[in-house]
Amino acid sequence: MLVFLIAIPLFSAALLLLGGRALDKVGHIVGTLASTAAFAVGVIEFLAMLGRAPESRAITQPLFTWIEVGNFNVGATLLLDQLSVCFVLLITGVGTLIHIYSIAYMSHDKDRRRFFAYLNLFIAAMLLLVLGDSYLSLYVGWEGVGLASYLLIGFWNQKPTYATAAKKAFIANRVGDVGLSLAVMIAFVQFGSVSFSGVAEGVEAGQASSLALNCLGLALLLAAVGKSAQFPLQAWLGDAMAGPTPVSALIHAATMVTAGVYLISRSHFVFDAASVAQLFVVIVGAITLLFGAIIGMAKDDIKKALAASTMSQIGYMILATGLGPVGYAFAMMHLLTHGFFKAGMFLGAGSVMHGMNDEVDMRKYGGLRKYMPITFATFGLGYLAIIGVPPFAGFYSKDKIIEIALDAGGAKGIILGSITLLGAAITAFYMSRVMLMTFFGAKRWEAGAHPHESPALMTIPMILLAIGSVSAGFIFNMGDRFINFLAPLFHAGDSGHSGHGEKEHLLPPIVVSALALTAVAIGVSIAIAKYGRGKAIPAVAPSDVSLWTKVARRDLLQDEFNETLFMRPGQELTKALAVIDEKVIDGAVRGVGSITLDVASGVRKTQTGFVRSYALWIIVGAVGILGAIALMSL
Amino acid sequence: MSLDYYLYLSALLFTIGAAGVLIRRNAIVVFMCIELMLNASNLAFVTFARMNGSIDGQIFAFFTMVVAACEVVVGLAIIVTIYRSRRSASVDDARLLKL
Repeated sequence: MLVFLIAIPLFSAALLLLGGRALDKVGHIVGTLASTAAFAVGVIEFLAMLGRAPESRAITQPLFTWIEVGNFNVGATLLLDQLSVCFVLLITGVGTLIHIYSIAYMSHDKDRRRFFAYLNLFIAAMLLLVLGDSYLSLYVGWEGVGLASYLLIGFWNQKPTYATAAKKAFIANRVGDVGLSLAVMIAFVQFGSVSFSGVAEGVEAGQASSLALNCLGLALLLAAVGKSAQFPLQAWLGDAMAGPTPVSALIHAATMVTAGVYLISRSHFVFDAASVAQLFVVIVGAITLLFGAIIGMAKDDIKKALAASTMSQIGYMILATGLGPVGYAFAMMHLLTHGFFKAGMFLGAGSVMHGMNDEVDMRKYGGLRKYMPITFATFGLGYLAIIGVPPFAGFYSKDKIIEIALDAGGAKGIILGSITLLGAAITAFYMSRVMLMTFFGAKRWEAGAHPHESPALMTIPMILLAIGSVSAGFIFNMGDRFINFLAPLFHAGDSGHSGHGEKEHLLPPIVVSALALTAVAIGVSIAIAKYGRGKAIPAVAPSDVSLWTKVARRDLLQDEFNETLFMRPGQELTKALAVIDEKVIDGAVRGVGSITLDVASGVRKTQTGFVRSYALWIIVGAVGILGAIALMSL
Repeated sequence: MSLDYYLYLSALLFTIGAAGVLIRRNAIVVFMCIELMLNASNLAFVTFARMNGSIDGQIFAFFTMVVAACEVVVGLAIIVTIYRSRRSASVDDARLLKL
């Protein structure tokens, strides 16, 4: 049954790609149906899982023997447990909504069939990523989503900058992929197995030294960092917004970029045993959550502001996964709620762009709430969810992360707690800024803009996602339902967390919530003071700003950093290698040829054509041999 | 009489033959000089056979004669053909195989 989850969208993708123009009229319907069918299978599997006892909820489906060399045996086996089922529902559920949205959003694009084929390909690859039962199967899905992401970012590749953005995303992902392939190799060398269960058993049995485990953990972290756009491989996400907005919503907000969180949660047995790698996970998460938030404050492009926010929110998740067994479930919870509200907001941004002739500059929006009431309402609910206003989804999930960050103990807890609180304040500021600049204030539209509400095919998915943003947190948190659901997987019960209150808290939860809400209130107030009623927002970003703002506008110099540290030295290196290739390698090859030629033309002079001279050489030779014999017999 | 003198004669004939091959241009003379060298070696063969008291050398001498006879047949045919086509019996004129 599990195989249908992957097979249906994969078959549909193949059909749409191979079918060609003949399927142009039905492509979007086929694609949406395939995604819906996968969602239906996912729901059935989820209900079946709930019917089983908590200990026996994971099921596997062996497909075929993939690699069999000596003792090394990798089966293509699918694994559905509590962790992967969350992802399956998120991917197929949000994916289906975004398929529906795309029918309308892409209706004027002549390549709509191809777009849906890529979307289906992405769904299939992402499902393979979360359903594989070994690092090797995961790797296939991992590369698959990278490919789909590349194809979709560069979907409008007639624009050179978009094609470049796609390449940039692909290359940054490749850097991370090196980490994953290293991890696969380390796992194989250390444990002789690449399946999750095999590696978990090996770690438990103490087969690997702590050094090897830390290396494995860091390699996995590198993979997660690349895929999830975390520091220092975060530079691609902003440019990835070149893709059509539904792609940004599905791949670069809700699902693919969270694959890093999945990888770390899935490898919890490694990180729980590798304290150094785990510390790095926390550091990466903490840096990125501030990094993304700071970039988000300076962006005028609505999609890039949301992308920076995605980066920052995934930073929260990564940070939570780095906090050990208590964190995984909360990271997953934030991941799911984030999937709802961020996808909803991206679709909202797409709806705004749809009505504003694809304008993305928020300085040219303003006062749109009267013209796009549904978009305003759904975006607003997502906004309330992301900044963490109770009882919206983000409040529950983000609050928990702040709580466990504070509980990390000692100075670490205080530092992490402050960072997460600061991040919450900044998030509140920049999201309020987006809200105010887009939907409130004076109209700053370009001439010829006639904003209008989007068609029902677009608003219905937005409404459904908004409902998720409102209710998901509350539902998940009711009686710790979600935590208990995931508990058998992460052994969270052992560390005494599922019960709440058994562990000593640095601050009582109610105080933490109050602090978080205060931080949010401060952020929102500053935003209102700067961008609220009556404040003029210039149509062109002011240039007489502080150095910090300038730096933040340029993504905190991440491109410059990469260019000076990696790109230019890399180019110099390739240039030097080209010279070496030209002069040394080719020189040696050509040298052998020309030396042979010179020697030959020298020796050729001895060939005179005179029989007598040949005879002389024969006699000289004969005399020489005789002389040598005589000399030796002396 | 010492058999050494036969060897001296053989060496002398061989040297004369070799010098003739190297120095003379006329193909016929060169050819004759080659024959002279062959016969010088024949003389050495039979002398050694006599010295060692075995007939191996004499048998070799017969072989050499057979070879020399064949060579004369082929060689003279070539020389005549070259003379017919090039109107010259000089070995220096037949140098077309040079690059």
